[in-house]
Amino acid sequence: MNISAIIFYAISALILSTGILAVTSVKIFRSAIWLLFSLVGIAALYFWMQVEFIAAIQIVVYVGGIVVLIIFSIFLTQNSGKEMPKPAKSKIIFSALASLFGTALTYNLISHYEGFQMSAATPFNNSMNEIGTQMLSTTSHGFILPFELVSLLLLAAMVGCIVIAMRPLDTTAASSETIILKNKEA
Amino acid sequence: MQEITLTQILFVSTALFFIGMYGLFTRRNLITMLMSIELMLNSVNINFVAFNKYLFPEKLDGLFFTLFIITIAAAEAAVAIAIIINLYRSHNSIDVDDATEMKF
Repeated sequence: MNISAIIFYAISALILSTGILAVTSVKIFRSAIWLLFSLVGIAALYFWMQVEFIAAIQIVVYVGGIVVLIIFSIFLTQNSGKEMPKPAKSKIIFSALASLFGTALTYNLISHYEGFQMSAATPFNNSMNEIGTQMLSTTSHGFILPFELVSLLLLAAMVGCIVIAMRPLDTTAASSETIILKNKEA
Repeated sequence: MQEITLTQILFVSTALFFIGMYGLFTRRNLITMLMSIELMLNSVNINFVAFNKYLFPEKLDGLFFTLFIITIAAAEAAVAIAIIINLYRSHNSIDVDDATEMKF
């Protein structure tokens, strides 16, 4: 067992154990922190696979962006020290069984599949140079169209977030509150 | 124990996907359900990178898929949290069982 395999198993144990803690912890803030560790472990797995650019993006976007956003929203909406109500026993049992059977089925399929043809002939060139050139190239293997589309999507998401989370203006506020009141009465 | 191959990495991502699925089934709080979805998206990203690295090292398509999935996941999380905050403002709760206006 060489050192690379040991590091892989350590990273996998970190990802899976913190992932399980993230979905089972009863305190929502702790759950977010366990999610943070799991995402850092996934970035470590990308480093282990020597795709450094994706690992850096993973840390910047997930750890620096999404988890911070989740923690902010926990502070805005929850009493973060309070324990969440536990789900029903039967629900836990059936969800765990569904997940275990799904995992077992997929393990079975993967471990009996022999068709993976490892092509170690060509080295895996994923330098930033290569990624940048291909991302902005307009030839047949370029990714300029999805790049532009995703920039439009980000703009739309940004405007949409502001519109959704904005407090309604005074005139509309009154009417929307009456609608809610009517709904509660009904 | 020999060299780590693609199969072991696929085992890890499978386990992570089903952990996320378990969380999505058992949680009733919208923020924790969003966290489970993030775990599932991450397991898919691991698959894309591993397939690209071990089976098609002469191409970079899997890496680009991962990059775009990360971007779209970030946009999705931002919109979801805006909706959650709006829901909290009108219902004073972010439990899925409390938002039943559109239930048929």
